[in-house]
Amino acid sequence: MLLFIEQLLNGLQLGIMLFLMSTGLTLVFGIMQVINLAHGSFYMIGAYVGATVALRTDSFLLGVLAALPAAALAGMVVETLVLRRLYKKDHLDQVLATFGLIMFFNELTRILWGRQPLFMDVPAWLSGSVEIIPGVPYPSYRLAVIAVGIMVGVLLYLLFTRTRIGMQIRAGASNREMAGALGVNIRLLYTLVFGLGTLLAGLAGVMAGPILAVEAGMGESVLILTFVVIVIGGIGSIRGALAGALLVGLVDTLGRAFLPILLRLFLSPAYADGAAASLASMSVYLLMAAVLVWRPKGLLPAHG
Amino acid sequence: MAEALLSVRSLVKHYGAVQASDRFCLEVARGELHALIGPNGAGKTTALNQLSGELKPDSGEIYFDGQDITPWPVHRRTRMGLARSYQITSIFDQLTVKENLALAIQAHNGHSFRFWRKAGDDPATRREIGPALERVGLEERATIPAVSLSHGEKRQLEVGMALVGRPKLLLLDEPYAGMGPGGAVELTKLIRRLKDHVSILLVEHDMGAVFSLADRISVLVYGRTIASGTPETIRADPAVREAYLGDETPAKEGTDA
Amino acid sequence: MTVNRKTIAIVAGALLLVALPVIAGLTDEPYLVTLASRILIYALAAVSLDLMLGFGGMVSLGHAAFFGIGAYGVGILSMHAFEGTVLFNWPLAIGGSQAALTVWPLAVLFSAAAAGIIGALSLRTTGMHFIMITLAFAQMLYYFFVSLEAYGGDDGLSLFARNTLPGLDLGDDRQFYFVCLAALALFLFFSWRLVHSRFGMVIRGCKDNERRMKSLGFPTFRYRLVCVIIAGAGAGLAGALIANQTEYVSPGLMHWTRSGEILVMVLLGGMGTLFGPVLGAATLLLMEEFLSIYTEHWMVFLGPFLVVVVLFAKRGIYGILAGGNGNHG
Repeated sequence: MLLFIEQLLNGLQLGIMLFLMSTGLTLVFGIMQVINLAHGSFYMIGAYVGATVALRTDSFLLGVLAALPAAALAGMVVETLVLRRLYKKDHLDQVLATFGLIMFFNELTRILWGRQPLFMDVPAWLSGSVEIIPGVPYPSYRLAVIAVGIMVGVLLYLLFTRTRIGMQIRAGASNREMAGALGVNIRLLYTLVFGLGTLLAGLAGVMAGPILAVEAGMGESVLILTFVVIVIGGIGSIRGALAGALLVGLVDTLGRAFLPILLRLFLSPAYADGAAASLASMSVYLLMAAVLVWRPKGLLPAHG
Repeated sequence: MAEALLSVRSLVKHYGAVQASDRFCLEVARGELHALIGPNGAGKTTALNQLSGELKPDSGEIYFDGQDITPWPVHRRTRMGLARSYQITSIFDQLTVKENLALAIQAHNGHSFRFWRKAGDDPATRREIGPALERVGLEERATIPAVSLSHGEKRQLEVGMALVGRPKLLLLDEPYAGMGPGGAVELTKLIRRLKDHVSILLVEHDMGAVFSLADRISVLVYGRTIASGTPETIRADPAVREAYLGDETPAKEGTDA
Repeated sequence: MTVNRKTIAIVAGALLLVALPVIAGLTDEPYLVTLASRILIYALAAVSLDLMLGFGGMVSLGHAAFFGIGAYGVGILSMHAFEGTVLFNWPLAIGGSQAALTVWPLAVLFSAAAAGIIGALSLRTTGMHFIMITLAFAQMLYYFFVSLEAYGGDDGLSLFARNTLPGLDLGDDRQFYFVCLAALALFLFFSWRLVHSRFGMVIRGCKDNERRMKSLGFPTFRYRLVCVIIAGAGAGLAGALIANQTEYVSPGLMHWTRSGEILVMVLLGGMGTLFGPVLGAATLLLMEEFLSIYTEHWMVFLGPFLVVVVLFAKRGIYGILAGGNGNHG
């Protein structure tokens, strides 16, 4: 039971990271109709810039504060230089060009930071653990990540439901022509949305820093999980991204933790562990397959 | 009356709160040209999409040639003889005129899981391609990519593709849309010629064309058929006049035709 | 004019490929043969992808999955042959094998079966969804093989020798090269017939206007699925060959960047053509070789190069070489 609560929180924390990643990406998909493989690169940029600044200044907060504008700025520059020219092209061109961007960014980080991964420390003030319920200690850092994620979720909710620009963005995501009809400066709006998306990716990246190793190519494994989230949730839908992210986070974490235990009930231990490892690594994809069979457009598609 | 070729019974289709088809009924007899008219937003396209199978009704049944085809997918309906031509011309731009028609011929001659022999050497294609080109008068344009045809020619090709395989019923979706006066005259001739060979359900805005071509007319308003009958009956129907008040007036345009 | 240019280019290319082992022998660069075999194998994978991508209009970012499965087919059967163990006990006891004539068709079959399952699920969607889903399923298989400790997991499997083919010694690099060349030539010929057959017409029609294909009376899903299966089978054959060439298989073969590379080959060479992907594979692999002489960070140049290709040279190398009418080659 205690283990279950701990794993539940771990799943929640992974889900929140995925939510930060997928919000930006699903908006870009929905509004600009661009498939952007390079979204993971901004996660990586956030992590590298954050880790570097944090190591130099010894302050995790400064690291975060540096990572956010760095990721947002990088995103907006890339949008202006490359992505903008891809909006009218077909998905294949977008795949190819953004694949090129990934190669470029991964190699660039190898040139700048070398091939060895960077390790970011959990800041001292978050290094302890908290007893969430008596007898269940849980790392404060991971709790902080969850809290930040919830905070960002609330801010996004307010942005999209209470502000004019947020509503324009949402209108654009579910109906592309409508955004044009609203008479907003589409170009600028696109750049800003892209920047917001990469900022969130950068935030996810810097927060992942102390949990994972910061290395070139780190963006791609999270990118593909993000795709799974978006397919499950429905393209262009922020609510879908939230639901998909939590689902994927929980299924992945709980699968890894409990499938071995579950399978041992039926199989010999040696065999069960092997089967469980294989099954757990495929669990989120099987989830995606199930959603596809059941609802090909995702759980909460943006278009009604 | 003999059994109808197409019998639509009480189709219902919702889009959220909007009732696009509200117990829509329609009977098309064998050999007739039946026109479906209605003001903008009356649900004509929704109705047509349900007939062709691109849209599933929430409830109701469609009988075609004595069979309940409601759950059938598009391709199966086509194979049974229910062909459709589109409002926005829908042809294969990248393929030549001949290849466009050859594809239509292929669709009606067994399966196409034939991986080796050249498509052009297929016996059915060789047999039927000539007449198919002739039927739509595009013999001289056969090897031109469809994308470079004129608007009227594309329309002809579009209809020609629907005709391959000798359908029992042809669904024509606003064939006059975007047509110049010259093209319209040609098209009317084409449809008149077709009338002798195939039953037609014509969805059209052009009242002149409708009243001069149709044997019977059904009027659709807010997703429901409010009247059905010969052009004379429809012209005299008070409910129809009311529905069209402020929009196009069938009585007036009808006399023009 | 174009036809002449095209014919000359193809004949010249074919002659060069046949003569290559001799040239390598004369110049004392045996490494050339290995590199050329690699190019031929990737060309085969790229042509197979182009069948679904260029002709069928299905943008898959998971083609390496089928490539990897073909390779693992060879690796796993080889391991069991070496250890003298069985692969399955039930319903039939199936042991390993080293015979190419048994192993390669099986590898192709495994890939085709995987393509059937993944295709059937992915084809429920189109466009952006399809890209992401093919990518995700390929990555699922990648993680599956990473976690498959019985077959080496992350580290992969080494073959103790190449497969055996009666009358030939596949262990000899030159003979192996000609086997690869023959496989590519046969697959190209098959694809050429396929593209111009009734089936090919249907596939091209689906790319152009799927809705209309349905209203003409084609059950398009089946045709697209068969196209994916054929493409998967082709990639499986390429995978079986790459396993033999390197005598090593690992999950890296089906990593999604591999799918990306195969896709790049098709686009670089010219999609919707048969020889384009071959040129694309050669170009990309030679560029990698060439750039890596100067810097280990060659990707920092290759990446922007791809962006430039997309923005300015859409038709691919083959389109530029063949001039006006690069289609349906």
